[in-house]
Amino acid sequence: MDVQAIRNDFPILQRKMSGRPLAYLDNGATALKPQCVIDAVTKYYTYLGANAHRGDYEMSAQVDAAFEGARKTAQKFINAKYTEEVAFTSGSTQALNEVALMVTEQMLHEGDVILTDESEHASSYLPWLQAGKKAGTKIEFIPLDEEGKITISNFKKALHDKVKVVAVAQVSNVLGQMAPIKEMAELCHERGILLVVDGAQSAPHMKVDVQDLDVDFFALSAHKLCGPTGIGILYGKKKYMDALEPVFYGGESNARFDRSGSLILKDAPLKFESGTQPIEGAIGMAAAMKYLESIGMDEIHAHEVELKHYFLDQVSDMDNLILYNKNAESGICTFNVMDQGKQIPSQDLASYLNTQGIAVRSGTHCAKMLPDVLHTFATVRASFYLYNTKEEADRLAEALRTVTLEKCIDIFF
Amino acid sequence: MDIDPNLMRDIIMDHYEYPRNRELTKDDSDYNSRHMASDSCIDDITVQSKIKDGKIEDVRFDGVACTISTASTSIMTELMKGKTVEQAREIIKNYFAMIDQKEYDEDLLEEAVAFQNVGKQANRINCATIGWKAMRQMIDESEEKKDE
Repeated sequence: MDVQAIRNDFPILQRKMSGRPLAYLDNGATALKPQCVIDAVTKYYTYLGANAHRGDYEMSAQVDAAFEGARKTAQKFINAKYTEEVAFTSGSTQALNEVALMVTEQMLHEGDVILTDESEHASSYLPWLQAGKKAGTKIEFIPLDEEGKITISNFKKALHDKVKVVAVAQVSNVLGQMAPIKEMAELCHERGILLVVDGAQSAPHMKVDVQDLDVDFFALSAHKLCGPTGIGILYGKKKYMDALEPVFYGGESNARFDRSGSLILKDAPLKFESGTQPIEGAIGMAAAMKYLESIGMDEIHAHEVELKHYFLDQVSDMDNLILYNKNAESGICTFNVMDQGKQIPSQDLASYLNTQGIAVRSGTHCAKMLPDVLHTFATVRASFYLYNTKEEADRLAEALRTVTLEKCIDIFF
Repeated sequence: MDIDPNLMRDIIMDHYEYPRNRELTKDDSDYNSRHMASDSCIDDITVQSKIKDGKIEDVRFDGVACTISTASTSIMTELMKGKTVEQAREIIKNYFAMIDQKEYDEDLLEEAVAFQNVGKQANRINCATIGWKAMRQMIDESEEKKDE
């Protein structure tokens, strides 16, 4: 993998932050965009222009080809068997909300249990919590191990007759721990349980094959995989996508309706896509997926893990650095720094790193149940991606080595 | 005002490491309370105040917060205690003016002038104002009650 060539594809890497070369290590939040994605989005506005599925003219047909072509690209990206299984959403959050609402209302009963865990992002947990308030479903938690991981033995212990849905992230967003999805799917399906997977932190960084994993639902966001914001994918197995009634209604999703109240919906996936979709977003997402595939998902994952190991080597002698996820095989490094026996507040540390041109995330990272597991309120997360370099890892290591609480306060003067 | 960065830093460090009035009272019948958790992802603080006959008799706080939130709230409690509601309002008004880089009366703000450059890190303005907003809300509420 030629990282320098990849960096040249990302015009934003030319910019500075706090007057220094940008070291963008907040890829868990969102990824930067390569020129080909920017061009694809721009092409919709400068050439294609029309709405999708609506016009009888050349422009409109070209938009249809690009829009439905984007769906095919997404289908291939996650290796879905059928096009019907791939619906556009505004991102993984909307996808997971739709699944929670549809499944809770149409498939669950009072007293049924949704099994999740304390490392989940708000988007994987809250939709089930809220949907269940009306339906009377309950949420239970798979106990995490001391590294914040889901293990098969803990998962087995948490399963029982009332569990009807398991909702977890494939890769957790704070710690980058990978859940054993394939084995979990097997255990779920032996018991007739649905497995809903939040792929927001996995799909950008590793090969995802929904058929091999045998998940029932899978969600991803384009913006975390170098695509535009406001677009993502809801994957659902065809039998569920065919059977479920959508959450939203409006233009484009219906075939016929009349004043007597009868309504015929279009087939999946269009019945899930009421209203004009972010067409440029779908086209941009497809460009991003093709771009990542041209580099290779396995290569990207290997590069991120290599950078993480390199970073860990650079800081291995630092007694004042607390690392929470040394063994997680992903590009996510989560830590805090101590100064004279006291933890530097994560936001102060992140603000200091900003002055060094290093972008990281601080806080609870939308996983507000996790502090009970980590025994710390907030953390700093640095997350690597395909365009990051060892030099950037060095800069982060050096900044962490030399930072003090006083330096964190001095940035205000 | 020309500030001596070392002095300002020492003020913030001192209030962060040894926060004043950092203990919530359990006997809260005379106290109003504000839990500020919605303003930012990280800071989670509670401010209590006892306002009687137009005078701020006591202010306390506790919670999990960064250096700037902790120190700015600690300084706020010291500035508010013993002031009349009118005096407190004037101080708060000047503090927010300072944060917004507008004209303000530095004599009123005492140690709080240490936060005059907090806007250099725009995302930290929330941290420097979270406790102050809680206080402002409680003063507003006490005045509304009086009008009822």
